[in-house]
Amino acid sequence: MTAFLIAAPPPPASRDLAHLSDEGLLSLIAGSDEAALAELYDRFGGVAYGLALRILRDETLAQDAVQEAFLGVWRTADRFLAERAAARTWVLTLVHRRAVDLVRREDRRRGEPLEGAPEPASAETVEEQATVRFQRRVVQEALRQLSPEQREALELGYYGGLTQSELAERLGQPLGTVKSRMFAGLSRLRELLAQAGLEESLSG
Amino acid sequence: MSEELHSLVAPYALDALDATDERSFEEHLALCERCRGELAGLREAASALAYSAPAAQPPPELKERILTQARSERPNVVPLQRRRNWTAPLAAAAGVAAAVAVGLGIWSATRSNQNAFTSVLSRPGARVIKMGGGSGALAVAPDGETALALRLPHAPTGKTYEAWIVRPNSIRAAGIFGGGGTSVIRIPGQVPKGSVIAISIERAGGAKQPTQKPFIASAETT
Repeated sequence: MTAFLIAAPPPPASRDLAHLSDEGLLSLIAGSDEAALAELYDRFGGVAYGLALRILRDETLAQDAVQEAFLGVWRTADRFLAERAAARTWVLTLVHRRAVDLVRREDRRRGEPLEGAPEPASAETVEEQATVRFQRRVVQEALRQLSPEQREALELGYYGGLTQSELAERLGQPLGTVKSRMFAGLSRLRELLAQAGLEESLSG
Repeated sequence: MSEELHSLVAPYALDALDATDERSFEEHLALCERCRGELAGLREAASALAYSAPAAQPPPELKERILTQARSERPNVVPLQRRRNWTAPLAAAAGVAAAVAVGLGIWSATRSNQNAFTSVLSRPGARVIKMGGGSGALAVAPDGETALALRLPHAPTGKTYEAWIVRPNSIRAAGIFGGGGTSVIRIPGQVPKGSVIAISIERAGGAKQPTQKPFIASAETT
């Protein structure tokens, strides 16, 4: 499958895991290798936390979501082997799902304003790996090339924790329209990320 | 109906379905190759959106908490040593497993050759025992090696499903799982003939003995 983001760089310290692919790490995690879990967290913990915080808007809940997701990875990494996705997709999907479960349970979605363009990353205030910053720029640039309607549907769907029906109601659009925007937006986003040429630097 | 389910692929990739639609779509997904292929690509794009969230620094103690908790959990699902079988000639058995699984509505359990259910089913003399009260089955090898494939919705937040080996005088914990689509659980150790595999809902992390009445149970193993 086309992969579009370059692999996260190895952090300096931990053992000799740095050379491993994300998928290689997951194989070790499936065998209960704690150092591999630590390495995986170093690669994705920051992005995961940023995502959870954006959805939940509460530091404690965001930490809960990230913790549950990484423990989910720990418990079910063996099952990843049967998935079709890149390890990054799988890990971030788990984080997203936990955060959405939590936001729906807390019902923190009510009363939030509709949001438009992606917020700029406050990268200067946060220590972040250079590649993560780079990936962030690429994704934000791709998002800017979507139609405003597509971007809105993706952002409210992905960050808002709203169901498609709630989204349709909120946007005052028929459900079918919302589904189409989501589909077209995700498909286009995928193309744009692939066109960014980043897949070449990926092992797959 | 199928087209309508098919149109749920993008909302599903964004986790934007309610519980009912999600379950319907996952059941559809288990049978629709086209949707599975499409979902893989859309999921990849959706997860890239994570990178557009504002940067944030998790507190350092979060990593420690995760590692401490992980250390305290003993893995009890699909122990690594079973993997030696996975590269074995499972492909031939997969056809048989798939045929069995389609009849039982647990097709997705056989999507990959590399899972415990298919692995046990591929052993000579393995039997299939249906679970009552759910879409699922046990695969039981003659020596008692057992795997469970079961389709359940996601366990409620903060809860987990837990499998139990129930014998006349004992109940033994046999693994926790979160549900959502078809779960495949390798039952640790060997399951003596005449046991029942039962499932209850427990607090996240599982329990040593069931605290809730099992809501699904198998027939006795043979």
